[in-house]
Amino acid sequence: MSSPEIRSPDEAQRNPGTDGERGAVAPDFASLHPGYEPADQVVAPRPIRRSPAERLTVIVPYLWLIALFFVPFLIVLKISLSQTALAQPPYEPVFDVTAGLEGVRDFLSGLSLANYFTLAGDDLYLFSYLKSLTVATFSTAILVLCGFPIAYAMARAPRRARPLLVTLIILPFWTSFLIRVYAWINILQHDGLLNQALLALGIVSEPATWLATDTAVYIGLVYSYLPFMVLPLYASLEKLDPTLLEAAADLGCPRWKAFCLVTVPLALPGLGAGALLCFIPIVGEFVVPDLLGGSESTMIGQTLWTEFFANKDWPVASAVAVVLVILLVGPIVVYQHLQARAVEER
Amino acid sequence: MGSLGRLSFTNLTALALGLAFLYAPIAILIVYSFNDSRLVTVWGGWSLRWYAALIEDRAMIDAALASLGVAFASAALATVIGTLAALALTRIARFRGRLLFAAMIYVPLVMPEVITGLSLLLLFVAIDLDRGFFTIIIAHTSLTMCFVTVIVQSRLVGFDRSLEEAAMDLGCPPGRTFLTITLPLIMPAVIAGFLLAFSLSLDDLVIASFTTGPGATTLPIRIYSEVRLGVKPEINAVCTIFIAVIAIAVIAASLISKNRERGGSPRAA
Repeated sequence: MSSPEIRSPDEAQRNPGTDGERGAVAPDFASLHPGYEPADQVVAPRPIRRSPAERLTVIVPYLWLIALFFVPFLIVLKISLSQTALAQPPYEPVFDVTAGLEGVRDFLSGLSLANYFTLAGDDLYLFSYLKSLTVATFSTAILVLCGFPIAYAMARAPRRARPLLVTLIILPFWTSFLIRVYAWINILQHDGLLNQALLALGIVSEPATWLATDTAVYIGLVYSYLPFMVLPLYASLEKLDPTLLEAAADLGCPRWKAFCLVTVPLALPGLGAGALLCFIPIVGEFVVPDLLGGSESTMIGQTLWTEFFANKDWPVASAVAVVLVILLVGPIVVYQHLQARAVEER
Repeated sequence: MGSLGRLSFTNLTALALGLAFLYAPIAILIVYSFNDSRLVTVWGGWSLRWYAALIEDRAMIDAALASLGVAFASAALATVIGTLAALALTRIARFRGRLLFAAMIYVPLVMPEVITGLSLLLLFVAIDLDRGFFTIIIAHTSLTMCFVTVIVQSRLVGFDRSLEEAAMDLGCPPGRTFLTITLPLIMPAVIAGFLLAFSLSLDDLVIASFTTGPGATTLPIRIYSEVRLGVKPEINAVCTIFIAVIAIAVIAASLISKNRERGGSPRAA
C-alpha cells in the first residue's frame, strides 16, 4: 500500500496552509519570512496546492466510487428507458460511439418511458411496492419494540460488562446472512422444531404452517436486522447521563414519566439511525422473503430478481430499480444526515 | 462489579431473551449438522457422516475455495481504498465534490443489494467486460470499501494528533510519520475493516448472483441453489464449518487488537 501522506519535507514547508491543524509548522514559517501575511489566506483563499500523496488519497477512492457507484446508476436509468431486444446485450438502443452525432440522435429517439407505463399499468408491480413498504414499516416497528429493551439493558449493565455484550450482539452479524435465514427453515418447516415444541407443549393439536407465510418473513427480518437496531440505540442510550434521571426522581417525577420525558427523547438520534438502517434495506430485501415467504405475493426485491433472471427483461428490471431508488431517496437523505452528524459529534 | 447481578429483573430478561433469540437458531443448526438421521427433523444420534459426505462433494469444495479467494482479494482491495477514503474524509477538510464523496460512502451501506447488483452488472455489460470471478471481486470491493471507510474513519476522528506532531517536530518525514505513527495507531480499525469486508464478501449472495458469469460459482450461490430444493443435512454441515471459520477469525482478531491496545501507546481517556 502506498502511503497517502508521503510528502517531501520541503513540500510541507512550502504549503503551511494545507494543514492548519498542524500548527507547529505555520508559526515557524511566518517567523522565517517576515513578509508573509497569513491573514491573506483568510480574506482571499487561494487555490490550495496539495502534495501528490494527498491528491492520490482523494482521487483513488473518488474515481472508484464514481466509476462503480455513480456511473452504474446512470446506466440503470438509461436502460430503464430502453426496450427489450433479442440480442446481446438484450436491450436497445445500444449507444454507438462510432456513429457520431447521427448515432446520438438515433439513440435519444430510441428512448421511451414505455417501461414506466408498464409498471404503472400492472397491479403486480404496484402490489409489490406496497407490500415491500408495508413489510418494512411493520418489521421496523417490531425491531424498535424488540431492540429498545435490549439496548436499554445493555446501557444499564455494569461498565465492564458492556464490551462483552456489544460483542455478543455483533457476533451473529458476522456469520452469514444466508446461513442465518437458512437456520430458520430448519425451525419453521412443517415438521420442524417449532411445531414439535408446540405439539409437545399441547399448544396446538396439529402442526401449524409457518414456512411460506408472512409471519416467517417477519421472524426472519427481525432476526437478521436486530443488531442494526440495537447498536445505534445502545450508542445513544449509553451516553445518557444517569444524573438526569436522578434529578427527575428527586423532583418527584414518576419513573415511567421520566422514561418518556428524558430517556426516549435523548435516544431519538439512535432510534432514527437504527430505524433507517433497517427500513431502507428491508424495502429491497430479497433473501429473506424468497427463502421464508410464500409465493403468492412477492416483495419488490423478488420482483426485480424475477424480471431479471427468469423473464430476462433487463429494461423493466431497471425501471423497477429506478422507482425503488426514488421511493428510498427521502429516507436515504435523512439517514446520511444523521450519519454525518454522528461522525462530527464524536 | 463485573457481574450482571445489579441489573433489574426486567433488564436481565430482555438481555437473556434477546441473546437467546440471536443464538438459538445458530446453535440448533450446528447441533443438527451432527445428526445421524437423513431426515433433518428427526434426531438419530451423533454422527460426522455429513462432514464425511462433504469431502466427496467436489462442487461444494470448489465453490468454497473460490469464495475464499474472492473474499480475500476483494477485502484486501477494499481495505486499501476504504482506508484512503477514510483519510480523505477526516484529514482533508475541503476538496471539490466532498459532499458527493461522503454521500457515495454512506449510501451504499443501506442501498438494497438488488439495486447495487443490477447496476454493477449493467456497467460490466456496457463496457463489455467478461463476467466471472474478476467482476465479483470488483463488485464486492465497491460494496465493502464503504464499510472499511466507516470503521477506519471512526478511529481517525477520535485520534490524538499530538504524537504525529511530535514526530514531525523532531524531523520525521511525513511518509515515515504515517507508517510508524499513524498506521500502527489505526491498525485495529484497519484489521477490523478487512475482516468485515472479508465476511461480507464471503456472505454475499445477491450481488454475486448478478455479477457472476458462466462457471463462476461462489459458496453462497451454491448453498442457495441447494437450499431452494429443501433442507439437506449436508448444508447444515457446510454452514457449521462456515460459522466456525468466521468465529475463529473474529475471536483471533479481537485478541490481536486487545493485545495491541494493551501494549500500544497511551490513548486519550
